[in-house]
Amino acid sequence: MDQLLSWISAHQEMIYIVVLMIFVGIEVIGRVPSVLHTPLMSGANAIHGVVIIGAIIVMGKAEEGNIIALILGFLAVVLGTLNVVGGFVVTDRMLEMFKKKK
Amino acid sequence: MELNLLALCYLFGSISFIVGLKMLSNPASARKGNLFAAAGMTIAILGTIFLYQEHGMKLGNYGWIFGGLLLGSIVGTLMAKRVQMTSMPEMVSLFNGMGGACAALISIIEFRHLVKGNPNQAISAVGSFSGLDQTTLLIILLGLIIGAVSFAGSMIAWGKLNGKIKDFSFKGQHIANLLLFAITILMAADIVIARPEASPLFFYLIIFFSILYGVFFVLPIGGADMPVVISLLNSFTGVAAACGGFLYSNKVMLTGGILVGAAGTLLTILMCKAMNRSLKNVLIGSFGASASSAQVRAAMVGSYKEISLSDAAVVMGYANKVMIVPGYGLAVAQAQHVCHELEKTLEARGVEVKYAIHPVAGRMPGHMNVLLAEADVSYEKLLEMEIANEEFKSADVVLILGANDVVNPAAKSDPASPIYGMPILEVEEAKHVIVNKRSMKPGYAGIENQLFFQPKTSMLFGDAKKALQDLLAEIRNI
Repeated sequence: MDQLLSWISAHQEMIYIVVLMIFVGIEVIGRVPSVLHTPLMSGANAIHGVVIIGAIIVMGKAEEGNIIALILGFLAVVLGTLNVVGGFVVTDRMLEMFKKKK
Repeated sequence: MELNLLALCYLFGSISFIVGLKMLSNPASARKGNLFAAAGMTIAILGTIFLYQEHGMKLGNYGWIFGGLLLGSIVGTLMAKRVQMTSMPEMVSLFNGMGGACAALISIIEFRHLVKGNPNQAISAVGSFSGLDQTTLLIILLGLIIGAVSFAGSMIAWGKLNGKIKDFSFKGQHIANLLLFAITILMAADIVIARPEASPLFFYLIIFFSILYGVFFVLPIGGADMPVVISLLNSFTGVAAACGGFLYSNKVMLTGGILVGAAGTLLTILMCKAMNRSLKNVLIGSFGASASSAQVRAAMVGSYKEISLSDAAVVMGYANKVMIVPGYGLAVAQAQHVCHELEKTLEARGVEVKYAIHPVAGRMPGHMNVLLAEADVSYEKLLEMEIANEEFKSADVVLILGANDVVNPAAKSDPASPIYGMPILEVEEAKHVIVNKRSMKPGYAGIENQLFFQPKTSMLFGDAKKALQDLLAEIRNI
């Protein structure tokens, strides 16, 4: 019990973010008209590409001689970038079409 | 100073994600919202590269980092620019899988780092970790499992949507899946709590089992349910990204990840609601089983009648109101532009034309809206299901273009049907129904549609684009 309490207090900032973001995420989506579901899914897909930051950190920390870490890290950066760039570009392409309303 | 600046970058990134998602929820501001989120992402990435430091050490390997960013950007942009609007869902699934794989790779590297950092005692000696390290291990494993499942699942979903992978299931698959999942979790728990000698071996087994689980998780799910699955996997990847945020105490990763995790989960539930099914039903009850009985029954229903192009042209050309129901067939045939032409021609003749959009028509929610928007169809003409169902009553002709399951009356009348309970477009309310299909083959859910055999329904066979072009020519002639 003590352990759990101290764990919570040690990570309270993170826990706050998690709880608040759950509510924000639900709140933001709840008002989306169904017409925009596909672009929204695609946009959210691009946003979770933020995992690229972790890949960059891992890559930047890898020691020179550690070939496996370098290769895996490189792969992670490439895949993460694909997620981010591809995601945003696809979303933009979809939304570009909504712009032309009469 | 630099770290403070980095915190500012991350703060801006987090806010841009929230504001961006919010702006995405309004057609007028959606595009700006996407760009805003992208700008926030760029700043967060650049900040990480140049400002991030751990124990006073800045990041190295710039060559590798920029090489990876460049390669990923070029390939990603090319893929996203070249993909056809009809293949959009596959693309989203593919990119989602990339994100999942990225999260899993981060976990793998960090785990290797942990093991290597303390070669003699790190993993084997119980108690050599502080409480915090246990959390680290837990987060690493969580990120790995969720990331790997999301990766494997997305790849299967991608393959299924572009037709490379067929439905596959065997008896007792759900039990096998549960077992696989349980083993994975048990091994992970064992590593975190007991840290046995064999932890590294367990770790690699977990990678393997997670991928296997992801594959088996998606394989038996029917193609019609794929949008729900992609949305679910999307939120999985969000959570995997959030694990990375925990690992590095990185607020922007945590914010973005959880935001998408929560939003994606809600979107999944909304989509299930649109089909009037529970998530459990989608994930566990695969279609195949009960479909055969429905097929047998429908086979006895009798004959359908065809309509000639000129008849169809006359019926539509002299109608007061025509409602168009687009489906996946329209997307496959790339017929959205011709469809818009038809709409304009009919309107020039004084016919009122509206589109009835079922929330799950196509392969993704909103798929039809995106497609029709591409062809310049105005936003006001697209009616959502409830409104459309009111309007059918006053419509003279309903033209169904490659839609099937979303207009299947069995969803209302036949409790044995696998789609029973799904809200549908009630096209029978109209005076006349013209169905354009390539053949009498059942739709994506694999079930027969009694609508086609009803007296007021007539069939217009052929590829949607070809049929519409011919129809257009006929209407211009009368």
